[in-house]
Amino acid sequence: MTTKLFTGAEMVVKALSAMKVKYIFGYPGGSVLDLYDAIFQQDEIEHILVRHEQAATHMADGYTRATGEVGVVLATSGPGATNCVTGIATAYMDSIPMVVLAGQVPTTLIGNDAFQETDIVGCTRPIIKHSFNCRDLAEIPNIIAKAFYIASTGRPGPVVVELPKDLLIPQNKAPFSIETNVKIRSYNPNIKGHPKQIRKAAKTINEAKKLVIYSGGGIVLADASELLTKLVETLKAPITNTLMGLGGISGVHKNFVGMLGMHGSLEANKTMANADVILALGVRFDDRVTNNVEKFCPNATIIHVDIDPTSISKTINAHIPVVGLVDVVMQQLLDELSTINYSPNKEALKEWWQQIHLWRDMRSVSYKQVEGEKIKPQRVVEAMYRITKGEAYVASDVGQHQMFAAQYYPFAKPRQWINSGGAGTMGFGLPAAMGTKLAFPDKHVICITGDGSIQMNIQELSTCKQYNLSVVIITLNNRSLGMVRQWQDMVYDGRHSSSYMESLPNFTKLAEAYGHIGIKIDTLDELDSKLEQAFNIKNKLVFVDVLVDEKEHVYPMHIRQGGIDDMWIAKGVKA
Amino acid sequence: MRHILAILLENEPGALSRIVGLFSQRAFNIESLTVAPTDDGSLSRITIATIGDDKVLEQIVKQVNKLVDVIKISELTDRKHVERELLLVKVAAMNDKSRTEVKRISDIFRGSIVDIGKQIYTIELTGSSDKLNAFIETLSNETEIIESARSGCVGIARGEKALRV
Ligand SMILES: Cc1ncc(C[n+]2csc(CCOP(=O)(O)OP(=O)(O)O)c2C)c(N)n1
Ligand SMILES: [Mg+2]
Repeated sequence: MTTKLFTGAEMVVKALSAMKVKYIFGYPGGSVLDLYDAIFQQDEIEHILVRHEQAATHMADGYTRATGEVGVVLATSGPGATNCVTGIATAYMDSIPMVVLAGQVPTTLIGNDAFQETDIVGCTRPIIKHSFNCRDLAEIPNIIAKAFYIASTGRPGPVVVELPKDLLIPQNKAPFSIETNVKIRSYNPNIKGHPKQIRKAAKTINEAKKLVIYSGGGIVLADASELLTKLVETLKAPITNTLMGLGGISGVHKNFVGMLGMHGSLEANKTMANADVILALGVRFDDRVTNNVEKFCPNATIIHVDIDPTSISKTINAHIPVVGLVDVVMQQLLDELSTINYSPNKEALKEWWQQIHLWRDMRSVSYKQVEGEKIKPQRVVEAMYRITKGEAYVASDVGQHQMFAAQYYPFAKPRQWINSGGAGTMGFGLPAAMGTKLAFPDKHVICITGDGSIQMNIQELSTCKQYNLSVVIITLNNRSLGMVRQWQDMVYDGRHSSSYMESLPNFTKLAEAYGHIGIKIDTLDELDSKLEQAFNIKNKLVFVDVLVDEKEHVYPMHIRQGGIDDMWIAKGVKA
Repeated sequence: MRHILAILLENEPGALSRIVGLFSQRAFNIESLTVAPTDDGSLSRITIATIGDDKVLEQIVKQVNKLVDVIKISELTDRKHVERELLLVKVAAMNDKSRTEVKRISDIFRGSIVDIGKQIYTIELTGSSDKLNAFIETLSNETEIIESARSGCVGIARGEKALRV
């Protein structure tokens, strides 16, 4: 009997099938042509051809954020691989699982400055969870299985697999064997919370008078939103979400006090600042949340639950650290709370909520739209929310429009809000929306973007045409790099150094040139009707270019170097 | 505060560069670093001497542990341990007086002269990094130091405690 032999290229495809991969996002080139040939000869996995490798990474990333499945990227060696760097960093900062297959020159040429040779493993070392250099073709299947396992377990993140060309060519073959039940002796990601810490946490929660729950992207990644909601309702406590955690609890839940941090609501930040116990779940006390760490919530006992020990006590000291998977730990906490007959101080809870309602009544997240004047960007997001009944997937770019979307579109469910929080990568929005639309073709998928950001991956309009990805692009066009301009207004005496775009294209015509529909909205009175029209168009990408007030700032906003609740709530107005 | 960390990790290509990259990426200090395979050839052991306060040390330990290749990390300096570094030093030994003096100092520190040239002695010395520093300082008061090579320190915990899989 002879065992069947496979080329490395065939092994990659077979291994990806074993990982139940449906799509590969990529772009071909010399070192991976054999792999492209193997892809051509099968029909289990569909390859999506982007127009720039950066977009492939964001598209895979968006697909993953929307579905929870690991996204797969394929790029050729050299420039193809380096074009992925921004997308890998973006996924890394937000703990998004991703497997990037990067071509490499043949092993015999590695180190010779061969044509299109770049040490991509070296380039990406600080922005990946792990990486593999394949040097033996028989190892390819198990390396791919390990890459998926590492990417998707523990604190997820991107994994790079470098594939030299001579491992993929038809001349070299080996038998195929794959161990899908991966075990790695140096990596044990599934962790339960330590029972002693759980007991301490439950006791502290039970004795709290002003408890707040602060939850983040960890909840979304762990699909732990139902459990979180149950915990919130058991504790009857206020809850705030980070930018990454939006949708972790419904944005219209009565206990939800809004997003916290730099552009969070005043009530969220006040609640944090005045809490006596903070239950932090799947968050990392990012500087965009804390403001000045020296002044951060001085009176609170902090319980910090996270799968990654490095996140705990990195910026803010945790009094009760709990290392573990956030869903597992929340269940442990619920069990412990019922064991100790959780009984919050009713009087204190009532007072706490009375106080919070006073902060809420200040309506810090608000704006003024005067009829007949320029459209306020916030108004566009509200219209978008109304028309899509709050059910759309919203992928965002980076800038003011991102903050307006986060503030004015309350997300009912996790994974509905798709944005680059940690890296803040302009150009993320459109490809991320495309990945989402690919996963959910029958749902409304919006790309909320700015006149600056959209131009960072606008070439993907061509990919949208090829795969009929009918995303609704809504550009809050303020003819400027608005977020930069806002800082220049506030910190640099209004000197608008390079934040003004003097040569914008005609976006609607551009969309039409790519074969899509363009709709321009100039005035307030046509906003609702034209937006409705846009959402009613099926199976066509619609590019909505909304001219908005370029002078609008995002408020509330942290006062620099202040405490978490030191905020501007309007131009020149401190809370 | 100076700390000595022992790291047990997979003996795989790239593993060392991940450790070194991590230290530079996060602005952790490396005073010395040594690496070699262990008795089990699939494992390497790295010893790093670093400087930092408790908060920095906590991050270093956690960040190193987080690397997929790393099996264990342990701080040696917070418990009883043995710590050694190797020094090879070439000094000028121009005349009888300086040759005698170099030999005398080397004997006091329990070093051994491992090579003799016309006007050069090469001395080998093992000990704690402190001892090596003191030796070099004493020597340099007597004669010219032409070249020196230090291994960086390695260490091991005293007693039952062992760093192994
Ligand atoms: C790739 C990249 N380059 C630069 C920045 C810095 N930056 C943050 S927001 C912003 C302006 C974004 O302008 P636009 O997309 O028009 O959004 P707006 O703020 O006007 O809504 C810039 C330049 C970034 N976040 N990402
Ligand atoms: Mg703009």
